[in-house]
Amino acid sequence: MATILETKEWIMTAATTRHTHIKLKICAFLEYLSLVRHSVRTVADNIGMNIEQAEAVTLAVQEALTNVIKHSYGGPCNEKIIIRISELQGPKFPNGAMEISIRDYGKAVDPEKIIGRNLDDIKPGGLGVHIIKSIMDQSNYFKMADKGMELTMIKIVNKDTSVKASCPH
Amino acid sequence: MSIITTNNNGIVKSQTITGNTTILELTGEIEMNCVMQLREAVMEAMQESKIVVLNMTEVKFMDSSGLATMVETLQQSKRQDKQLKIAGLNQRVKSIFEISRLETVFDIYDTEKEALA
Repeated sequence: MATILETKEWIMTAATTRHTHIKLKICAFLEYLSLVRHSVRTVADNIGMNIEQAEAVTLAVQEALTNVIKHSYGGPCNEKIIIRISELQGPKFPNGAMEISIRDYGKAVDPEKIIGRNLDDIKPGGLGVHIIKSIMDQSNYFKMADKGMELTMIKIVNKDTSVKASCPH
Repeated sequence: MSIITTNNNGIVKSQTITGNTTILELTGEIEMNCVMQLREAVMEAMQESKIVVLNMTEVKFMDSSGLATMVETLQQSKRQDKQLKIAGLNQRVKSIFEISRLETVFDIYDTEKEALA
């Protein structure tokens, strides 16, 4: 039976800054993806992403998780996926940024072979990697020494647009 | 005369058949775990009607699994000389068509009324 193995959230509050880090450990079942989407959207809202950015990042994470379930694990199963969602601050990110890492323990592949497909070829499927790379400012796949893969993605907050995210789904 | 079928479960909220047109009103979140249901509903509608309109006003989220199913059913519609139209996309769902450069491949209308005109 599928279970959420662990959900943790801790917020460290200093005098003027708040750093959000969320770690989710889920079983590789599609039913849990909405939980992750909601968490991503909540952090995106909290760090000041506008609606368009927040929704795009949520979609990228959905694509990454779907790829893990489909390709790393060969379908829904009881294996674990660990998701870390962190707020980034510092000189490189004057408006802030969000880092999401997705760790699986399934079949590993050469990161250089993970590329989006040619969009001129209209056919079903194979769009997930293209969507991730289009949306995120950075995305890197790592083959882990013991087992599985880790994907780390960064999205920098864009303050240019005035509409702020407000409605998590 | 229209035949209207409503469904409180799944992503197909209602199916309306009028003349040579079937309108499928979709709802909820279209992702990998419900694409089979979407595919079956659209394929069945294409057997019934020349024109199939997907009213997606109530679809809150769609990922590339849903989009892949849309592409598959579009290709099937062309093989069968049928028309597949999409109406009522919100910006969230529309953006996945745009990112994948598929917004011009489909017949997309702002509203169901425009799709039927």
